[in-house]
Amino acid sequence: MIEQLPVLLVVLPIVGGAVPLVASLVSDRAGWPVATLTLVGQVGLAGLLAWTVSTSGTVSYAVGGFAAPYGIELVVDGLSGAVAVLVAVVSLGVLAYARQAGPHSNTFYGLFLLLVAGLTGMTVTGDVFNLYVFLEITGLAAYGLVASGRDASAAVAALKYLIIGTVGASLYLLGVGYLLAATGTLNMADLATKLGEMAAYDSTLVLTAFGLMVGGLTVKVALFPLHTWQPDAYANAPDTVSAFISALVSTVSAYALARLLFSVFTVEFLTAVPVARWALVGLACVSIVAGSALAVSQDSVQRMLAYSSVSQFGLVVAGFAIATPLAVVGATVHLLGHAVMKGGLFAATGVIERKTGATTVNGYAGMASRVPLPAFSFAVLSLAMVGVPPAVGFVGKWYIVLGAVNAENWPVVVVLLASTLLTLAYFARLVERLYFAEPTIHAEADETTVADGSGQAVSFGMVAVIVVAAALAVALTAAVPELQRVLEETLPPLLNQ
Amino acid sequence: MLELLDTHYNYFAVMLLLGIGLYMLIESRNLVKKVIGMNIFQTGIFLFFITLAFRAGGNPPIIEDGGGPYVSPLPHVLILTAIVVGVSLTAVALALIIRIYTEYGTLDEDKLKQLYYD
Repeated sequence: MIEQLPVLLVVLPIVGGAVPLVASLVSDRAGWPVATLTLVGQVGLAGLLAWTVSTSGTVSYAVGGFAAPYGIELVVDGLSGAVAVLVAVVSLGVLAYARQAGPHSNTFYGLFLLLVAGLTGMTVTGDVFNLYVFLEITGLAAYGLVASGRDASAAVAALKYLIIGTVGASLYLLGVGYLLAATGTLNMADLATKLGEMAAYDSTLVLTAFGLMVGGLTVKVALFPLHTWQPDAYANAPDTVSAFISALVSTVSAYALARLLFSVFTVEFLTAVPVARWALVGLACVSIVAGSALAVSQDSVQRMLAYSSVSQFGLVVAGFAIATPLAVVGATVHLLGHAVMKGGLFAATGVIERKTGATTVNGYAGMASRVPLPAFSFAVLSLAMVGVPPAVGFVGKWYIVLGAVNAENWPVVVVLLASTLLTLAYFARLVERLYFAEPTIHAEADETTVADGSGQAVSFGMVAVIVVAAALAVALTAAVPELQRVLEETLPPLLNQ
Repeated sequence: MLELLDTHYNYFAVMLLLGIGLYMLIESRNLVKKVIGMNIFQTGIFLFFITLAFRAGGNPPIIEDGGGPYVSPLPHVLILTAIVVGVSLTAVALALIIRIYTEYGTLDEDKLKQLYYD
């Protein structure tokens, strides 16, 4: 049973995703219960898998019984186990939100589960081409979900996302081709050994492959010059979808980038080719600064949060590129914490908009008295994102900065510390408006918003999701030592120390 | 140069397709043409993989067929998968374009931008 867990983790949501489509013949509302049932199972499987990994080490599965370098291998270690649990738990949380917030159609839940399958597949795969396939499954499902909004503007945002995302994935595929030409293999572990034996890290072929693959993935992660799809997609998608994809899609792509850096190219490549490391760190630093600057200048809260993601993922990628064990632990903690915090923030904007009609920074003024609990959770999540100490945002940033100090990367240390101030600049402004400013939107707006459709009501589940996200943003700090232990068991082979 | 063109013409074809596809994707104002450009770009990548598999004097990788050397079957399989992905992406893109056209009544990117941001 344990050996089959990685593949069951991918198969379960795919099978579950097909059920709502068939069920449409009988009932229009079958999607939600089916999705919930599937994801409860998914959380169980992922939890069992993570527990197995943390007690008895890496689990590997050869798909179809074809052994590793020839067949497709699914591998779960500490890093991918943690991400698989995150994907399962966050999607289950988003479902609690979706019950009232909709969209309610069966096709929506089919796509939702397909996206979970794609993300889980990206997490557990040990094969670079298989990663491309899951990347595109994730992409296709995400484009469909973004377009599921009622307005046609969602379709425009989805098309933009599709075109940019496809170019990114295609560049990644081209990189896979270069790597195949250089080594003749697609298995990650095998690639790492072959590249090591060739000792040709600075050959043009390998460097081009690195550039194309990392370039392609940074489009999906949405680092600075390649982020343009993200604000439109997040702002125009339905609230459920923004919360879901902002929490997971970029996160899992960043995980894939880390996997590529540590399991395929290895840290030796980064050491042997300093220009690759500097390019990545440079891109990350530009992303941190530019993302924050763009976030400060936004009026719409959802766009501000989207640009904030650009900046936070810069931080995560910087941590991975510095590649000392401490920085990698920090980047992983921030990656997982960011998913909870950003998903919670997007869910909170949805609730606040439904209750008060406020969508802009000025509109949020004085809303804390109208929606006390969502506003309080929003404030807690904002401060966690800035990195106020007991929260998980602080631990991640602290470790990344310590890692950068250990690596004596002083310019990066400066940017990392400045990034906290920049994050404070846009979140503190919003929290201050929420609590201490005169309201600009008055109670009449409330009636009109609620009156124009039953879909605008706020359920217990929606508020509960935000409160749980806020609690998790603080409580996850307690789980950091355990995560660090598991990662340190997994990472030495990755980091070759 | 001519000799290089003669022996490496498939690589030039790959570069040409990638270039044309990317140019159409960026420069064309018509959304349908953008999708066509996306397809041409992907076709360039498919051709690159097929080129990787080529081997002078190689036979198709079927064991009964008179013996090796064989052409590598792996890239062909990969590309079959990538083509399926490409077709699905095109289908989704065209569905979105139909939705956009019924709502905004235009496929021109500039006009769409005006309508979209108003």
